[in-house]
Amino acid sequence: MPFQSTVGDYQTVATLETFGFLPPMSQDEIYDQIAYIIAQGWSPVIEHVHPSGSMQTYWSYWKLPFFGEKDLNVVVSELEACHRAYPDHHVRIVGYDAYTQSQGTCFVVFEGR
Amino acid sequence: MSKKYDAGVKEYRDTYWTPDYVPLDTDLLACFKCTGQEGVPREEVAAAVAAESSTGTWSTVWSELLTDLEFYKGRCYRIEDVPGDKESFYAFIAYPLDLFEEGSITNVLTSLVGNVFGFKALRHLRLEDIRFPMAFIKTCGGPPSGIQVERDRLNKYGRPLLGCTIKPKLGLSGKNYGRVVYECLRGGLDLTKDDENINSQPFQRWRERFEFVAEAVKLAQQETGEVKGHYLNCTATTPEEMYARAEFAKELDMPIIMHDYITGGFTANTGLANWCRNNGMLLHIHRAMHAVIDRHPKHGIHFRVLAKCLRLSGGDQLHTGTVVGKLEGDRQTTLGYIDNLRESFVPEDRTRGNFFDQDWGSMPGVFAVASGGIHVWHMPALLAIFGDDSCLQFGGGTHGHPWGSAAGAAANRVALEACVKARNAGREIEKESRDILMEAAKHSPELAIALETWKEIKFEFDTVDKLDVQ
Repeated sequence: MPFQSTVGDYQTVATLETFGFLPPMSQDEIYDQIAYIIAQGWSPVIEHVHPSGSMQTYWSYWKLPFFGEKDLNVVVSELEACHRAYPDHHVRIVGYDAYTQSQGTCFVVFEGR
Repeated sequence: MSKKYDAGVKEYRDTYWTPDYVPLDTDLLACFKCTGQEGVPREEVAAAVAAESSTGTWSTVWSELLTDLEFYKGRCYRIEDVPGDKESFYAFIAYPLDLFEEGSITNVLTSLVGNVFGFKALRHLRLEDIRFPMAFIKTCGGPPSGIQVERDRLNKYGRPLLGCTIKPKLGLSGKNYGRVVYECLRGGLDLTKDDENINSQPFQRWRERFEFVAEAVKLAQQETGEVKGHYLNCTATTPEEMYARAEFAKELDMPIIMHDYITGGFTANTGLANWCRNNGMLLHIHRAMHAVIDRHPKHGIHFRVLAKCLRLSGGDQLHTGTVVGKLEGDRQTTLGYIDNLRESFVPEDRTRGNFFDQDWGSMPGVFAVASGGIHVWHMPALLAIFGDDSCLQFGGGTHGHPWGSAAGAAANRVALEACVKARNAGREIEKESRDILMEAAKHSPELAIALETWKEIKFEFDTVDKLDVQ
């Protein structure tokens, strides 16, 4: 077989940082990740932005950070409410770590168009 | 009370062996592994080390009576057996803070590992650990940015950074080199790295490299929508030349530069770290020459000391070995010193090789860089060992992919994210490593091919330098 026929063409993809290279998560998988955020003692924060602004440092908050929220279902329903309000926006969840004053994790849950 | 001058040679232990001494919080403490010449008592060897690394010389001298040597001398305050080793012992030595210039790692090392290492009464000597007092730490600049600020600048959260060194390490032209950078970054890596030997050789002058690399970084960033960087190696012939390169990297709007801190030297490193802090530049640190100094179990300086020194001198990322790859380093020892790079307090723990409690106060942390002979199959173990605050670098494991560097980069990124996702979901990633990677490969032909390519490659040799525990 000629060499070139065994080589694939890798196409550059636009991605949104952490978990950008994995297929979209199922609902259960998203639950697992939010449970992890809560278990670390981090505060869930929901942010959204129009895709044209995805490289901005600051995305818009959805309401305020959910400080001290331990209920998975509350976080998930807020994520969905944000997505319904801004269907064409990217929606991401941040696990905010007040000790390091940084984000423990952050990933996009709904991709806008 | 004044003393009389009594010329001659005294035994070191009369002055420098003080088993009743209780170290002060401001003392700099050191633990040496000593192997004396046959017939010399332990206390005399240990006291000689304390003397020769502080105020002492072989003979009594009249001029020492002009000062209060009791105030300035180093003291050996404890001797311990080395487990499983009859010929060597540990000597614990306390040095008063005033023996050292503020913020000068160069000065600390010139004293502690200076002439004393050539001392004839010793067969071998190894500096195992230093406890830096808070009073000294507060005089050091430390990492120009540190872990949190680096994450904020690079917009990377909840996972290790992913990088690779550009290969072949020597011989590419600037334009060809930039091409390889572009391929890696567009494929999903966050960062690429100049090899340590790349400075400014005839085949590729530094300015050529910097310009082409900057174009590659910007293009990849534009196309992927993610923040990218390349460690531009500023290690140079002279400090002036080093700063000129750093300034040009800043002019090109690059986020990170690089320095080799042992071959370049601590004075150069501390200066460059200060420049980085003042110019909003991240600093990646390579450690060429470390194994000459740290690999022999009885002579030299343990890497945990060199790592602590780097955190104080300044750097945002430091190479630490991989545990699993082609280079030396056992797991517990590595965990011991990466704690000292990243945590704000590290307790004494002999099972990790840490001889002292070490309080870092508000000193920012340093990313641990794992690089050297690693590939996708190692990903679960690397994540388990190094955690999120690390930078995993796959050189051959990126460029060696049958489809090229971009596909190799994508394979690594998919594997990394699959492992992070699995860990967060509560899975045991080391035990389930095969399943996690095979599942992820179903969605990624690049990963499937990488797993096939490197399935048999392991580096299972015994470690030369083991922890002294039984």
